[in-house]
Amino acid sequence: MSEEKTNLGRRNALRLIATTAAAVPVIGCSEKVAEKVVVKEDKPAVKPAVKNLDAPKQTLARGTPTDPDLLNPVVPWEMQLDATELAVLAALCDVIIPADEISPSASSVGAHHYINEYVSAPYSNNKADLVTIRGGVVWLDSESRRRFEGSFVELNNSQKTAICEDIKWTRTAKPEFQAGARFFAKVRVLASTAFYTTEEGMADIGYVGNRPMASFAGPPPEVLKRLGLDS
Amino acid sequence: MPNEDFEKKVYDALIVGSGAGGGMAAYVLATAGLKVLLLEAGRSYDPVKETPMFNLPKDAPLRGGSTPEKPFGFYDATVDGGWQVPGEPYTQASNKPNQKFDWWRARMLGGRTNHWGRISLRMGEYDFKPYSRDGLGFDWPISYAELAPYYDKTEMLIGVYGTNEGLENTPDSSDGVLLPPPKPRAYELLAKKACDELGIPVIPSHLAILSERLDHENIPQKLFPNNKLAQDVTRESMKSRAACFWATPCGRGCSIKANFQSTTVLLPPALATGNLDIVTDAMVREVTVDKKGNANGVIYIDKNTRQEKFAGARAVVVAASAAETSRILLNSKSTLFPDGLANGSGVVGKYLMDTVGAGVGGQIPALENMPAHNEDGASAMHMYMPWWLYKEQLRGDLDFARGYHIEFGGGRSMPGAGAFGGMGNFTEGAYGKDLKEACRRYYGSFVWFDGRGEMIPNEDSYCEIDKDQVDQWGIPVLKFHWKWSDQELNQAAHMHKTFAEIIEGMGGNVTSTVQTDGAKAIINGGAIIHEVGTARMGSNPKDSVLNPYCQSWEVPNLFLTDGAPFVSNADKNPTLTIMALAWRTCDYIVDQFKRRNI
Repeated sequence: MSEEKTNLGRRNALRLIATTAAAVPVIGCSEKVAEKVVVKEDKPAVKPAVKNLDAPKQTLARGTPTDPDLLNPVVPWEMQLDATELAVLAALCDVIIPADEISPSASSVGAHHYINEYVSAPYSNNKADLVTIRGGVVWLDSESRRRFEGSFVELNNSQKTAICEDIKWTRTAKPEFQAGARFFAKVRVLASTAFYTTEEGMADIGYVGNRPMASFAGPPPEVLKRLGLDS
Repeated sequence: MPNEDFEKKVYDALIVGSGAGGGMAAYVLATAGLKVLLLEAGRSYDPVKETPMFNLPKDAPLRGGSTPEKPFGFYDATVDGGWQVPGEPYTQASNKPNQKFDWWRARMLGGRTNHWGRISLRMGEYDFKPYSRDGLGFDWPISYAELAPYYDKTEMLIGVYGTNEGLENTPDSSDGVLLPPPKPRAYELLAKKACDELGIPVIPSHLAILSERLDHENIPQKLFPNNKLAQDVTRESMKSRAACFWATPCGRGCSIKANFQSTTVLLPPALATGNLDIVTDAMVREVTVDKKGNANGVIYIDKNTRQEKFAGARAVVVAASAAETSRILLNSKSTLFPDGLANGSGVVGKYLMDTVGAGVGGQIPALENMPAHNEDGASAMHMYMPWWLYKEQLRGDLDFARGYHIEFGGGRSMPGAGAFGGMGNFTEGAYGKDLKEACRRYYGSFVWFDGRGEMIPNEDSYCEIDKDQVDQWGIPVLKFHWKWSDQELNQAAHMHKTFAEIIEGMGGNVTSTVQTDGAKAIINGGAIIHEVGTARMGSNPKDSVLNPYCQSWEVPNLFLTDGAPFVSNADKNPTLTIMALAWRTCDYIVDQFKRRNI
């Protein structure tokens, strides 16, 4: 199960079960594409328009949390983490998701800024995670100084890895590293969401959808063959 | 009539609510030539202009993830809705587990039809006569055969893809009604292979999504043989709808009108007749009656001015969503109707139902490391499993009396909030290069199965007015009472067992907990958002609110066209049945007008 304590509805929580399933139906690309493929329609003889006879102008508040402008999203809350904390998180994100020959590192696509956005959100789960993340950053930097006499951002890769090996999983971490392991798990969850929702992350795993098509082709022959479904 | 004051007009019919039931009522009554006023509690909404079609999760707060204000995520079409609506509370009689009802509402034009799952299954012959079959619950006063023509008409109007398989209690549509289904995805085919071994049928799902454009040349004529106005507005509406382009989630709504929403399919042609006026931000408090006890209009709160207003009509159609409809009736107290309107039977609010829900997830090694390919498709499932153990159930081989169907998903969907969040545990702590490689390997290999089962109505599940609380519009709120019976709990446990078998049959591993205790498997009442019942139809005024035409026994010009009239709640998702019933009811209303009975 996901460790991420989002405020998921129960139905979506089921879909979150494992690693890839998106919590909510998602998709992206650009509206220009949508406009291009809209079938040219004949001019309707009658132009339907919803009327509000009694209240000709919308006077109820718009852009509220329950009715945000979906086409122009904004993050309405203030960020809580400072530059020093962000630097430590950026370094940790890159240990968790480093650059390789296929895709860039997590921090290069702004994963640490997503963590800031997430823990700064005004909901109870996010507020609890803010404490976990801030406390974790203090601990990680302190542990770095204890072991290697430098801030985490100053350590070399093998030094960073030495610490991360001790906190990589809560179920195997020693008692003195449990808090660190919970922090590490939270950062891994958030960095993964941050990274794999970018174009770079989606390309890395081979997500090739969110594009309009004239027909749905179904699985390619190679896929059917590998599943033994080609007979 | 943009500048005309609707308060001075005389309407034939006033409709409360603009979703599946209210939208259909507006469409049928306006195209029949009645002058119609529709009141909607939420704001006006236009999917063509407002839908975030291809927008990426990364551009939304929290990557589009769920929040208390947007439970289905940022891009979900729902406006001012959810299991909680600010300023519009409801209360629970109990806070014990499995004794709560989570009440979903959407305050917007088109209601829940803007974000719904588009699953459009017909109730079958057994489903209308469940008591006759197994002695539990209650029979409907109508049969499948009576509603079948309206299922055909509704499917032709809204556009539903699927096939006719001739399976037990899983009705076929008439020839030429359904649109062709999309091809199955890889994981759907793999599940089918496993289910073939288990004797579970896997067939194309029925979804209200245009797999191809509707035949606008011929369908309007078939739907309305003798009504040129209805034909014309329906034809123009159908011409404006594009076929699905196999991308973007239906839950956001659809700007090209390829799926069914009341706001793209029912309200535009109804408005085009010139016979319909719509007032939004109008929260109905009660239905009013004249001295003879006939309905003569409603009192509502104008949300913009926060003032009470009256709107009148010769007939009143309430389709506010089942529990909201009962709330309005129960709040409509008068000397003639001291216990609430149309409630001589005392049944208003009673026999509230939702769908039984339980789910299990799994990981399928055969699906690892697949070559990249596009599995977006119709955004929802292309295949599903209808209930298959009717004979075993009738013989008494199972410890629950009613069936469920299986909805399932997985595959290479677009990563959103929570993407790969479970990978830490799944890989026992991978990070760095190992984590990236694991994500590549396992992406697309996870599946989930959700059961959607029939709940048998019971005496302990109902809503009533909470005397101690009003909402921000000054309207007394609902208090919910809820209880599952062993029928539902045993069914939920059977779901978990079955889904584990399917996952193992696919050569996979279950990744969530399989519960043998149904009370731990079952999802909260209301969570599936199939709220029906509370003002059931029947053949006897003593134990039902409505006659077989969804007309109040006591108030002959009062009709209900949402889920409130449901007598039972088959495993078949209710929206299609709500619309078919609403159409049938409105044909009856038009007939009553012609006969001058109203």
